[in-house]
Amino acid sequence: MTGEFSSGDRVRCMFAGKSLAGTYITERDGMAVIKLDSGYNMGVPFPACTLVEHLPAAPVKGPAVAQDPSLPPLSIVSTGGTIASRIDYRTGAVTSQFDADDILRAIPGLEKIGNFSTRVLYTILSENMTPQIWQELARSVYEEIRGGAKGVIVTHGTDTMAYSAAALSFMLDTPVPVIFVGSQRSADRPSSDNVMNALCSASAAVSPLGEVAVVMHESSSDDFCVIHRGTRVRKMHSSRRDAFRSLGLPPIGRVEYPSLGITLAEDAVRRCDTEPVLLDALEPRCGLLYFYPGMPAGVLEAFSGMEGLVIAGTGLGHTSTGLIQGLRDLIDGGTTVVMTTQCLFGRVCDRVYDTGRDLLKAGVIEGEDMLPETALVKMMWVLANERDRERAGALMQKDLRGELSGRSVS
Amino acid sequence: MTDYESVGLKAGIEIHQQLNSREKLFCGCPTVLRKFDERSGEFARYLRATESEMGEIDRAAKEEMMVLRRFCYYAYDTCCLVEYDEEPPGPLNREALGICLSIAKTLGMTPIEQVHTMRKLVIDGSNTSGFQRTALVAMNGTLPNGGAIDTICLEEEAAQRVEGDIFSLDRLGIPLVEITTSPCMHTPEEVYQVAEYLGMVLRSTGRVKRGLGTIRQDVNISIREGARVEIKGVQELDLIAEVVRREVDRQQNLVWIREELRSRRARVDPVPVDVTTVFAGTASSILKKAKKILAVRLPGFGGLVGREIQPGRRLGSEISDYAKKCGVGGIFHTDELPAYGVTAEEVEALRRNLGAASDECIILVAAGADRAVCAADQVIYRANLALEGVPEETRKMLEGGSTAYMRPLPGAARMYPETDVLPVRIGTEDWDAVTVPELLTIRAERFVTEFGMDPGIARQVAYSEYLPLFQAALDHGIPPSLAHRTIFATAKEVGKETGKDTSGLLDPAVLIPVLEATQNGTIAKEAIPQVFMLELEGVPVNEAIARSKPSVSTSDIEEIVSKIVNERKDFVKSKGMASLGPLMGVVMEELRGAADGKVIAGVLKKEIQAALKEE
Repeated sequence: MTGEFSSGDRVRCMFAGKSLAGTYITERDGMAVIKLDSGYNMGVPFPACTLVEHLPAAPVKGPAVAQDPSLPPLSIVSTGGTIASRIDYRTGAVTSQFDADDILRAIPGLEKIGNFSTRVLYTILSENMTPQIWQELARSVYEEIRGGAKGVIVTHGTDTMAYSAAALSFMLDTPVPVIFVGSQRSADRPSSDNVMNALCSASAAVSPLGEVAVVMHESSSDDFCVIHRGTRVRKMHSSRRDAFRSLGLPPIGRVEYPSLGITLAEDAVRRCDTEPVLLDALEPRCGLLYFYPGMPAGVLEAFSGMEGLVIAGTGLGHTSTGLIQGLRDLIDGGTTVVMTTQCLFGRVCDRVYDTGRDLLKAGVIEGEDMLPETALVKMMWVLANERDRERAGALMQKDLRGELSGRSVS
Repeated sequence: MTDYESVGLKAGIEIHQQLNSREKLFCGCPTVLRKFDERSGEFARYLRATESEMGEIDRAAKEEMMVLRRFCYYAYDTCCLVEYDEEPPGPLNREALGICLSIAKTLGMTPIEQVHTMRKLVIDGSNTSGFQRTALVAMNGTLPNGGAIDTICLEEEAAQRVEGDIFSLDRLGIPLVEITTSPCMHTPEEVYQVAEYLGMVLRSTGRVKRGLGTIRQDVNISIREGARVEIKGVQELDLIAEVVRREVDRQQNLVWIREELRSRRARVDPVPVDVTTVFAGTASSILKKAKKILAVRLPGFGGLVGREIQPGRRLGSEISDYAKKCGVGGIFHTDELPAYGVTAEEVEALRRNLGAASDECIILVAAGADRAVCAADQVIYRANLALEGVPEETRKMLEGGSTAYMRPLPGAARMYPETDVLPVRIGTEDWDAVTVPELLTIRAERFVTEFGMDPGIARQVAYSEYLPLFQAALDHGIPPSLAHRTIFATAKEVGKETGKDTSGLLDPAVLIPVLEATQNGTIAKEAIPQVFMLELEGVPVNEAIARSKPSVSTSDIEEIVSKIVNERKDFVKSKGMASLGPLMGVVMEELRGAADGKVIAGVLKKEIQAALKEE
């Protein structure tokens, strides 16, 4: 029955003894969803409906946005996500379908900040990202910078944005800002945070900044965005606009809205004239394990043969004593194991309690104050670029991109 | 008297009624209103019009977007992230859906098999999300006048406006039903009757909110040569007929103006003229402040812009409403000048400068450059509409029953599916299980036949919010007359006398014991006000009843005390005067608070002394 109509067809449906005119929208749970002329949708049985006229639903493209060539060249690399999403009639849910041109049209005001070129890399939800896509993303951004972009904006789903930002932080040594941006509330609602986040990200992209960062709402209000370092940022709320937080150090800057005025922290890396450097190798055979009380030692066998494993341990960086032998076996088998903390705030120290000392004796490396996810991404990059295990272990404990600090200040 | 048949009046109504559900429509928050100063936080947002799923932007939303406004919201501890638009909505509230279905069934409607929640774009700030969630639940009902009820929708209530662009989130999300009739009414009185009938049906459920602002009527009105106009927010039922009368007047006057304009060959100059320099030395504070003053020339409009079209409203007010959408305070037009600090000489200079003929009306807009241009465009737009007659509009009611322009009539383009809420299936068995309430009209008749109540009183009781309390009293065997007098008269009188809020007295747990005590003779009917007053002072109900028992005379006290002392002579002898304390307790128990403690103590002391002397 469902193949009978296509979206946009004019139909008539019998309801309560009356014939209602409407537009066929989609099939939903076996029913025909009809848009009445009042705009309301209702589900009716397919047999109640007959076709009046077949109207191919051709989505109208708006006019291209005029650009100002005297403004700094900026590039938008689009990967998908809520900042550029609309309804999908297949499922009735929201998916990413826009290209970067649509973003320019959807965010009035962007054209006053830069002269944009756009590149659609993917249109996927960020939970479907892979290390391989991080690599493609790094290469694309690298090419955009080589091509003269004075700043790059990456639109990205928020779920795994922090992973991607960390990945690019390691793979790419950039002289210009590379700004990740997304939205927490879908672009198809008048209250979406997409416009403000995108404008603030563009403002950050033309600022004196010179590193990989995430720009998102500072609070529930549309007053400020914050600039987070790519290796220090974490999504800390499932739905709020201000879900992104810098952990372990303050944000590296702030953008006021709607003035778009920027303030940068003293330790924010500044823009320079050097060429970008791309080191895009990643070792995908790495894992992240969230320890819990009672975790059976057998779980570790799943990581046997992997190059690396990051553990999100309890407190100062612990697993249960029962897991230590398994970890020793993994390490003896050639797996690099780095300990981080589930607390997210604070530093790992395995020298205080017996369990910690035993973990160190087994060869576990303290991940200092790195976020677990950042440690995983860093491990992929380090193990791909440094084959000597000892030196790789030492790199894991060294600050490469601001992901780790020697002093805990908060 | 207007002959409404000959002008071709067609009217339909939309009734919005808040439901008294435990939780809001899409979250678990309580449906309670708060005082603004109880707010626990504030936040600020901007809203932008978005496209419908068909790729269009609603014209009404476009007009709201002329000025980007910063909205401020008050939050409370009775609100959650759903009201803040910081979390996806929960599933559609089944209790509210049940109430809605019950109303639908009462009105003879047919339920939608698969109910889809929609987003109705509203970007005036009253919804944090920028839309109002609404679902079409049932269609095709009938009215007593034979007319049809088109639809019933379940919607979420908008946030309350505190002032300007500040909104309060307590009301946002309270479920409401919207009942839309067909344009089946032909006189103002008929509109009143249908609105009253629907209000009665809604209240019959016993599950709707009561009080000011919990029910609102929108009226759709057109006359044969006019256009469909939707008037929003008629809160008082008594005004609804007057609103219809005034709208018919307005449309007739606009049609008359159109004819007059056509016969004068009036036109609208499409290009505004910059007249800032003409008012260089003006004493008018508004014109002096403005960076730009633009004149819109309307040859042939002279005298008509200032003409009244309904009480307190002129064509100029209509034009001004359109200009205000650009953020200007209003307009000046030459039909009302000189005034507002603009002198006759300045008007003369303006006319000379433009070479305006005597039948030309000139409209001035004064503001910053961008706003002035925007406002002049709106003036030109509305003036051109006057040449066509009555524009289709959404209007808001003003005090007294006249109306002001609000926004264009919304179209289908303002609807977008609420992707975060799954559709709800209403199966045959769900519909069969829906109960229909006894209509209040029928209940009133029953009170008359069953209890012999006066028809007027029966109706007062049946329509009142205290109907459940009244019914509870009857269930406890209280005679209807006692219940009625206490609930509807005594409580009010005590409130008047004390100046206190007596709503707490009308709680069944508090009132029923009082009525029962009266009924079984523990207290006299006349003592009820005293019980109420004690309760208002914070005395618990049982104690208040005890204290209001018929009082005991001193000789009665003496008798009881003497009896008690005699029975305990040995005790009195062994303890002496120290027996006073323990015996006081025994006497008080016996008298149950029916006499003053001091008096009792005095009598008891004497009796004990007498008993000790007997030695």
